[in-house]
Amino acid sequence: MTTLTGPRSDSARAIEAGRRSRTWGAWYVAEHRFRVMRSYTGTVVVAGIGSPLIYLYALGVGLATIVDANLGAGAVDGVSYLVFVAPALLASAAITVASEEFTYPIMLGYKWNPTFTGMHASPLQPAQIVDGVVISVVIRMLVNLVLFYALMLAFGAAPSPLGVFAILAGALGGLAFGTVIMAYTSTLEEDTGQLAMVMRFVVLPMTLFSGTFFPLSTFPVWLQWIGWVSPLWHSTELARVFSYGAAEPIWLTVVHVVVLVGLAVAGWMWARRIAVRRLRK
Amino acid sequence: MSEPVIVANELVKRYGEFAAVDRISFEVAPGESFGLLGPNGAGKSTTMRMVGAVSTRTGGELSVLGLDPDRFGPEIRSQLGVVPQADNLDAELRVRENLLVYGRYFGLPRKLVAERADELLAFAQLEEKAKAKVDSLSGGMKRRLTIARALINDPRILLLDEPTTGLDPQARHILWDRLFRLKEQGTTLLLTTHYMDEAEQLCDRLVVVDKGTIMAEGTPAELIRRYSTREVLEVRFGSDRNSEVAARLSGLGDRLEVLPDRILVYSENGEAELVRLTDAGLHPITSLVRRSSLEDVFLRLTGRSLIE
Repeated sequence: MTTLTGPRSDSARAIEAGRRSRTWGAWYVAEHRFRVMRSYTGTVVVAGIGSPLIYLYALGVGLATIVDANLGAGAVDGVSYLVFVAPALLASAAITVASEEFTYPIMLGYKWNPTFTGMHASPLQPAQIVDGVVISVVIRMLVNLVLFYALMLAFGAAPSPLGVFAILAGALGGLAFGTVIMAYTSTLEEDTGQLAMVMRFVVLPMTLFSGTFFPLSTFPVWLQWIGWVSPLWHSTELARVFSYGAAEPIWLTVVHVVVLVGLAVAGWMWARRIAVRRLRK
Repeated sequence: MSEPVIVANELVKRYGEFAAVDRISFEVAPGESFGLLGPNGAGKSTTMRMVGAVSTRTGGELSVLGLDPDRFGPEIRSQLGVVPQADNLDAELRVRENLLVYGRYFGLPRKLVAERADELLAFAQLEEKAKAKVDSLSGGMKRRLTIARALINDPRILLLDEPTTGLDPQARHILWDRLFRLKEQGTTLLLTTHYMDEAEQLCDRLVVVDKGTIMAEGTPAELIRRYSTREVLEVRFGSDRNSEVAARLSGLGDRLEVLPDRILVYSENGEAELVRLTDAGLHPITSLVRRSSLEDVFLRLTGRSLIE
């Protein structure tokens, strides 16, 4: 190569040494993130087991008793209320993980405790930092969802043999929402309450209006659009198809997947672009 | 002389219309300790970021270890150790863990990283703090940990951006001692500073930078010889009288510099100037004769003092 004008041994050594980071950089970032997550393992486990227990019990058992008593078993989408609500709670759990891991830790990495700057001073590249964070969160999300699904089985809330795929549907929803939120958070130079607003005016309404606790069709049409644009609605519906074989036209199932994959990819690419812009001034 | 490890030629970095770095050229030889001395905003950190392959240059040529940072960023960074101006240790991890995760970024095997982490904790005199939280460390300890982290990949070049800013005198001396050891071991150092004593302590050679351009280049001793006199007499007559008295001092020394709080008389013999001054019937409130420093060089070159 003509660019190698300096002492051969130096540039040759550099090229050799850069190779591993070019290939595996994102995993090294994920490794770092896991070590950080280990410092709050307690929270992860309690949230991973405790909150599904509470939700499944309160809604799937408590509320379900009233719903089923009044409407008869099978009145909501042809199944008991527990079976109806459980996959939606699973999908929401993924959104919860995403809204934890893709907001404040991102703000932290760019600004408050700029570890991303430190990573970029090493051979790691901005896109790899984004990829590494995404990889680590997806894995954490899968761990949470597997626990959740195990509890669903224990409650008898996942009758279909394909139910295990609800885990993937939920994770896809978390990823679709998460990468977009990550990209948005990356654009913030300072948090003057935007993230709290996101929690209050995006995450909470999304949970309420995404067909989580009752079918979207219960709403008047002019409110249903919230569900259509909500990654949570798409992942919830997809999870229901798997967990109890909810009946919907095949094209709609395809739409769920396309929307979720589309959002995930778009958010991911957007987050990568912002990372380059912020870290390579 | 062996081939330089850093070559900057007419290097430019522009943000819109503003040229943070405006055609800077310098070379750093292997094993050399090279400094960029200048006030805040002179373009030192920007230069550092370009050499560190985390900022793309707007113009000119730059080669680090024979490679172009625009094309071989990760490769160049694999051979650098970077001590940034603001600490960016991970406060969510413990002291030793910070070294472990950082070593992995370079693709080094876990076992090797663990061994080096222990060696470097010893080097940084932080062995007892291995399991401590980062936030519990003092400023000086954090800096030493950052330096240890920068050494985890056994770098060819260590980049230090304002390494001792914000540290108390004792912590600075400990840090200088550590850096001096690295220098003795043959590590190439590139550092920015706005402290002239730091530049005198650590740099074999330096450039004085102001407003994005190089004002002078040389060893600290050369620069002092070229731009200043051997000694300086500092006299104070009280803030409101300094400029008034200055008019009566013309002819004293080789050169006069009137600052708001004091007058500097540049001369080969400071004591002799003081005698001439008192013989002329002038009685300063305080007087001090000292050796010229890089501060005087900077004052001469820019008409401003380094720390404003």
